[in-house]
Amino acid sequence: MQRMFSPPFTQYQLDTVYDEMFDSEGNTRPHYRALHQRLLELSPAELRQRQQTADITFLNQGITFTVYGKEEGTERIFPYDLLPRIITSAEWKQIEQGLIQRITALNMFLKDIYHEGHILNDGTLPRHMLYTCRHFRREMQGVRVPRDIYTSVVGTDLVRVTDGRFVVLEDNLRVPSGVSYMLANRQVIKNAFPRLFPNYGIRPIDHYGQVLLATLRALAPLQRPDPTIVLLTPGVYNSAYFEHTFLARLMGIELVEGRDLLVHNNVVYMRTTAGLRRVDVIYRRIDDDFIDPLAFRSTSVLGVAGLMNAYRAGNVALANAIGTGIADDKAIYAYVPLFIRYYLDQEPILDNVETYLLFDESQRRYVLENLDKLVVKAVGESGGYGMLIGPHSTAEQREQFRQQILADPRNYIAQPTLAISRAPCFIDGQVEARHVDLRPYILYGETITIVPGGLTRVALKRGSLVVNSSQGGGSKDTWVLYDEPQK
Amino acid sequence: MLSRVADSLYWMSRYLERAEHIARLLDVNLNQMLDQTPGTANHRWERLLSSLRTSLPTGSAYDAYILTHALTFDLGNSASIVSCIGAARENARQVREQISSEMWEQLNRLFLHVKRTSQDKFWATEPHEFFQVVKQGAHLFQGITDATMSHGEGWQFIQVGRAIERAGATAALLDTHFTNFLTEHPNQMVDYLAWVGLLKSCTAYEAYCKVYTADIRPECIAEFLLLNAEFPRSVRFGVGVIHTALQAIASTTGRNAGRAERLVGRLHAALDYDQVEEIMNGSMHSYMENIQRQCSQIHTALHQIYISYPIDSSLLA
Repeated sequence: MQRMFSPPFTQYQLDTVYDEMFDSEGNTRPHYRALHQRLLELSPAELRQRQQTADITFLNQGITFTVYGKEEGTERIFPYDLLPRIITSAEWKQIEQGLIQRITALNMFLKDIYHEGHILNDGTLPRHMLYTCRHFRREMQGVRVPRDIYTSVVGTDLVRVTDGRFVVLEDNLRVPSGVSYMLANRQVIKNAFPRLFPNYGIRPIDHYGQVLLATLRALAPLQRPDPTIVLLTPGVYNSAYFEHTFLARLMGIELVEGRDLLVHNNVVYMRTTAGLRRVDVIYRRIDDDFIDPLAFRSTSVLGVAGLMNAYRAGNVALANAIGTGIADDKAIYAYVPLFIRYYLDQEPILDNVETYLLFDESQRRYVLENLDKLVVKAVGESGGYGMLIGPHSTAEQREQFRQQILADPRNYIAQPTLAISRAPCFIDGQVEARHVDLRPYILYGETITIVPGGLTRVALKRGSLVVNSSQGGGSKDTWVLYDEPQK
Repeated sequence: MLSRVADSLYWMSRYLERAEHIARLLDVNLNQMLDQTPGTANHRWERLLSSLRTSLPTGSAYDAYILTHALTFDLGNSASIVSCIGAARENARQVREQISSEMWEQLNRLFLHVKRTSQDKFWATEPHEFFQVVKQGAHLFQGITDATMSHGEGWQFIQVGRAIERAGATAALLDTHFTNFLTEHPNQMVDYLAWVGLLKSCTAYEAYCKVYTADIRPECIAEFLLLNAEFPRSVRFGVGVIHTALQAIASTTGRNAGRAERLVGRLHAALDYDQVEEIMNGSMHSYMENIQRQCSQIHTALHQIYISYPIDSSLLA
């Protein structure tokens, strides 16, 4: 079944997992044909040259992220892979509808639990699930947020499984990052493969900044006709600082730090050379914990003292709202399909990854018997930490997790090991297959908008399944095609 | 404009000007070493260090290699070229969305170049080439700034930063050259080189010759570097730039520059009307010190009005 490929694909191997470019017979999928053809035409030297040009562009423009804990070389470029990941119009339609449905339901869920709590009162969601969630914010109980929108900016992680379906891995409702790489990647690839563009029918993504600005403006207090919108960053040492500057410039709004803002009589001001100026909407890229030392972590120097009071008084809007992290809890995640049925009376368009809740006795028993086949995750962790990957674990590690699960079952969930799809990547002068995921960005203002594209993250190490940038991941451009490919 | 942003733009510009100044001084000095005996070389190093307000690294002699290294590559020395360019870049990084991408790219490229240059490579090729890159890099940055950034408030703060640094540095340089002017009687040839060195340290040699011919006379040099109205590195010119920029800032922000405006206006007027003979007959040293003190007072006043003002004085809607 494995067939020989021509250079630069000689190292390319098909596996049992879904391959984005080739079907299981080794035939190029129709929407990848033009790219495949172009790659066969280019010499390895030409390809390498293009990759180098791209790398230099990233470095000179300072498109970097910060690696914590190392003094030297704390800024790195986010590894960039030259070959685009292509999604057909039909696939995208399904993703788009699925995400709109999901975000609508999640937002209704957030409004419900911070107000009447129907879903708790009728026993659909056990109360203890909510109150044991680290990101539940009692301070938000009864607080009315503008337009009842809690999640203005979301970056949902999807993966494609063996049968070609996209499933949701995580929702990321707090401060999702990476959208700047989506936009920068597109700019760079336009320089690398200009000739592919005219005929491919790729949907543009450049209007993201405009849509984001409109989304934020929709949150402004109504009596403020020309609202001042700012982006609140933790500062230059934050790993996503590049993105904060990028977005602020894209929208033409001020990039502020906590020390630039102050609260007086429950109104937020920023300190400018022309005096203090009132702030109406804050796109905050700081976690709840750090945003107001008076309301949350008192040692935080990144936030603004009194911000929570101004927020409660309705004098300033925050995007995203405080307390949206509940739905990022991996045990709450398991309930999202149920939320969709409960609030919308619809069947989920995008599936969840099957998830075992370990406080349930029968599910726990099954998981403990099958630890070597499953992935166990701590509910509050992210970025690939606090995980047991069953098939790659030792008996000792499994025993350790067994003890931890028994000690605190609410704190863990288990999922089957996923076979996530692979896409062609340019590695050492050859094209090889690597695992990829997909993070589209969803904006919820007057309506829900998803810019056709997203960040495709790739695990550049051979065989690795971890796409996080802190652990050797990179990214590539994502092309969503128009209905009829013009070629 | 955010106060913090104005502050960062100001310091970005100041630090880059400082780096360029150090590069020029070192370049001229290393070049002049070729024509001099070790004794006079020590004297020159002493003067150079004092004009930069820094001192000999502890326990070292006036060794060209050690000193050049300390002033060029030593990250532990805040007055080294690498440190200054690093500080300029760090300030730029804080306000990346306020400056143009072209400005950031240029500053970043300059920083990466300087940081990547190893000492061996530096001495193996021509140190002159390295300093040339730094100077050109700073000039290019200035040109890019003027060509790609709106000449609004932020740009004005960049002008102020550069001009304050430049006026102060030129005054300090003049001070060290004229301090022992009347008491010293070195031989004519060395003296000639020293004065040409001073002019070249301000890239003023050619411009000077156009005004006074190649007749190198200390009082003419003092007049040129202090009081010339047209040469961009003269103290008077720099103070004029500060004055204009402050007025522009006051009009865009709608906030009177108050004390800063008075200080700079007074200094500007003094430089407009003072005569070099009078200055030379009095104490050159205290005159120069006075200029530097006033520059630092202008800096403080500016900071108090636009950057770290008290909150209750400025509650606007």
